[in-house]
Amino acid sequence: MEASQFKSDQYVRFCPGCGDHAICMALQKAMAQIGVPTHQVAVISGIGCSSRMPHYLNTYGFNTIHGRGGAIATGVKTSHPELTVWQMSGDGDCLAIGGNHFIHEIRRNVDLNVCLFNNRIYGLTKGQYSPTSPKGFVSKSSPFGTVERPFVPAELVLGARGTFFARTLDVDVPTTVDCLVAAQQHKGASIVECLVNCVIFNNGAHSWIADRELRAEHSIILRHGEKMIFGKNNDKGIALEIDPQTFVPRLIVVPADDARVLVHDAHQQDPTLHRLLALMGQERNLEVAADVQDELPIALGVIRDVEAETYNDAVNNQIAEVRGKAKAKTFDELTATLEQWTM
Amino acid sequence: MKNITVRFCGDSGDGMQLTGNMFAQLAAEMGNEISTLPDFPAEIRAPQGTLGGVSAFQVELGHEVYTSGDKADVVVAMNAAALKVCTLGSHFNHPQAHFDDDFALYHRHAIVIVDTDSLTDKDLEKAQYHTDNPFTELGIPESVQIVPVALTTLTKEALKDSGMDNKSVLKCRNMFALGLIYWLFDEPMDKAIHLLEEKFKKKPALVAPNTKVMVDGYNYGQNLALNVQQVRLDGDKSQISNCKCQMPTGHYTSIAGNKATAWGLIAAAEKAGKRLFLGSYPITPATDILHELAARKDMNVMAIQAEDEIAGVCTAIGAAFAGDLACTSTSGPGLSLKSEAIGLAVMAELPLVVIDVQRGGPSTGLPTKTEQTDLLQALYGRNGECPAVVIAASTSANCFDYAYEACKIALENMTPVILMTDTYLANGTALWRIPKLAELPEIHPQTVPEELKGHYNPALRDERGVRYWAYPGMEGYEHRNIGLERDAEKGTISTNPENHEQMVLARKHKIEQIANSIPHLQTLKPSNLKTSDTLLVGWGSTEGHLHAAANEIGCDLAHFNYICPLPKNTHEVLSRYKRIIVCELNTGQFAAYLRAQFPDVHIEQYNEIQGQPFAVERIVNFVKNN
Repeated sequence: MEASQFKSDQYVRFCPGCGDHAICMALQKAMAQIGVPTHQVAVISGIGCSSRMPHYLNTYGFNTIHGRGGAIATGVKTSHPELTVWQMSGDGDCLAIGGNHFIHEIRRNVDLNVCLFNNRIYGLTKGQYSPTSPKGFVSKSSPFGTVERPFVPAELVLGARGTFFARTLDVDVPTTVDCLVAAQQHKGASIVECLVNCVIFNNGAHSWIADRELRAEHSIILRHGEKMIFGKNNDKGIALEIDPQTFVPRLIVVPADDARVLVHDAHQQDPTLHRLLALMGQERNLEVAADVQDELPIALGVIRDVEAETYNDAVNNQIAEVRGKAKAKTFDELTATLEQWTM
Repeated sequence: MKNITVRFCGDSGDGMQLTGNMFAQLAAEMGNEISTLPDFPAEIRAPQGTLGGVSAFQVELGHEVYTSGDKADVVVAMNAAALKVCTLGSHFNHPQAHFDDDFALYHRHAIVIVDTDSLTDKDLEKAQYHTDNPFTELGIPESVQIVPVALTTLTKEALKDSGMDNKSVLKCRNMFALGLIYWLFDEPMDKAIHLLEEKFKKKPALVAPNTKVMVDGYNYGQNLALNVQQVRLDGDKSQISNCKCQMPTGHYTSIAGNKATAWGLIAAAEKAGKRLFLGSYPITPATDILHELAARKDMNVMAIQAEDEIAGVCTAIGAAFAGDLACTSTSGPGLSLKSEAIGLAVMAELPLVVIDVQRGGPSTGLPTKTEQTDLLQALYGRNGECPAVVIAASTSANCFDYAYEACKIALENMTPVILMTDTYLANGTALWRIPKLAELPEIHPQTVPEELKGHYNPALRDERGVRYWAYPGMEGYEHRNIGLERDAEKGTISTNPENHEQMVLARKHKIEQIANSIPHLQTLKPSNLKTSDTLLVGWGSTEGHLHAAANEIGCDLAHFNYICPLPKNTHEVLSRYKRIIVCELNTGQFAAYLRAQFPDVHIEQYNEIQGQPFAVERIVNFVKNN
């Protein structure tokens, strides 16, 4: 299928230069690559800039209420598992007002593809800090800087026993398309954190890696089965060491030819290493005033992709099993089983 | 022949609900109409023997049974606390209170069976008695016939050879009491034993000991020297067996309101050719709907226990968007949480059934008690101009009919429908004539017609003003639905001022036109009266009490099941009466609603807000004395 088949007739109204444009394009490309016909695709969103996305995709779409996209998408997918269901959400929609639905759709492993647009700001309400704004972030609702500790979305996903987590960057469309296609292929709740820039209220949200000059040094694209190599000259690698005093495992940067360089295993059930990888380079996202030295690169690509039974399959299979064995399958047969008498 | 009211009361652990239910079911099987009222504390197990832990079950049986009875004719009190609570009613906490006709839960000619083994000093202390003679202390009049029975000793005696431990033996005390009551009503023991076997089907080891105790209780009654039956039953103790009700012939069963509601949804789904989806979250007193539907996978029901009330309604909205018959069940606090999402279903014009089993409010309020205080919330409790259909069931049995009707209206009119029931209906049981699916009205979901394929949009409406339903999986109808305002022609986002007004009116009109397809309001008239210029008005679960009150007063009754929209002839009916009294278990919510609709009609109101059903006697006194 062609990406153009997934473009709706609506004029795209994201601000000029907004990272959402790139994700929109990547979504259309990924959906074409996936090849599920438009009428079998449902895109559910909550409220926020990113939640406008369904309007620009020529599929079934539902732009709902703030924070509830996850619960509504759960209803769509569970009742109709034959559909491909996407959820579009932002850091406010998904991690603040919709936080409960977010962790529960992950815990249940509902087979959804969730795009979590993270620009670390509330854009549609014109610039308030979000649950992913670094501590000390100055915004209209935090004129003296925030005093809150932020979420790292990956930690939340792993804490809820997530089976799939990928991270991508607005300006890197090919990696975004790869992550979205992998999210669709994964059976279960697939969370794709899309790091997007907000040109109006939080310009440079991800400049540390968005800048083409800096990206190769400050990020690494993880691919299952491949060595963890990065750098402008592909000269650095990631290795694991255990602190001899505290026994705390930590990742370090070593030369690319060091024998200790890790090979990425996204399918490993144990999430310990996935967590360490997802937390690389997050210091400056935790605190504005972070004193960052020898920072590890931010991991992009599919960090975790493991198998587990999906909620939608489990629910539907149980119904099929009980119904298969049931003697009464219609209302009249059901009422016949009641203790009754004639009057 | 007078109807009889029986009240079983004891500790929460004494099995009073089971005992009462078994008695009520046998009464129903013997041809009685029944209406039951379980009345239990919110705590699962309050300290044993205390006043707070008293659990009760009341049933009225006989012919033309409208309510579960104001006051009991026969009481079983399993302990000192239960005796106190049923004697003093709501005044049980007043240290100086005595038996009083106004608040005692039984008549002054009632039979009161008391377990004398449970009146020890320790029991009396736990129940906060000050003397060692509970009967005198409570001021129980001599006209009340106390039947002292050593229930505990006799139960132990019955099971002395059973090899059961003491704790298990004591759990059978309620069956001794039940056997005694069966004797009082001259019930056939073969049927009673069959019923007991059914109830304990899943615990076969308990059948033999419970049967033994129940039969011993029955035989104990036969050997009792007292002629208790002559006190209230006018020498005719075969009250139950002799009662022949004038009801349509058919197969009957007894059913609780919540189960009837669940089954109404199941029937509607099958009739409409839709999968039934329930998104719900546990909340008293609505949870039994979730329980019942979770168990009905054989009927292809998908019942989801969501992470919260909001997710309950939102998963249902997702299922509705995807083409299912979607429902959510809750009580008042949950309805508050669901408000915004119900607004989404109004705006997105999706079919959705919201069941509100009302309880005492506000906030956590009285979780296990009954009230009609959510009406205005159901009608208006959302942001914006947000009309939805509101209907109410009025008996435990017709919860089935109105649940079915809620689904029919939702699917045919693409709107949320809020079905109001309450604790009284939900937990109470009534006789239900089992319908065949074929007898039930047709349901025609508003599915988009084939000719709109390729040029469908979610704003397209039929001549009634109801938009068409297309859902994922249907090729050629892809569209984007929204909670934002939509363009009246194209269905896409619009902020145009005139368009918004047009859409507000379109949504209002859509609800109003439903009045064309609901029944006209019928007034109930007592048979002995040709005309009356007084009209009692009610809605929802108070129908039985108001019917009984209207009979006694000799006035007419207009009882509403359809609240928004109202039946088309409502104004015409109300204008025929000089005196109109709206009776509700709130401070006057339906009265306020009617006044707003019909400002020219003068409306009086009678209200009780005690977490209990109406007492017929009090309504009658109010109407006669005011």
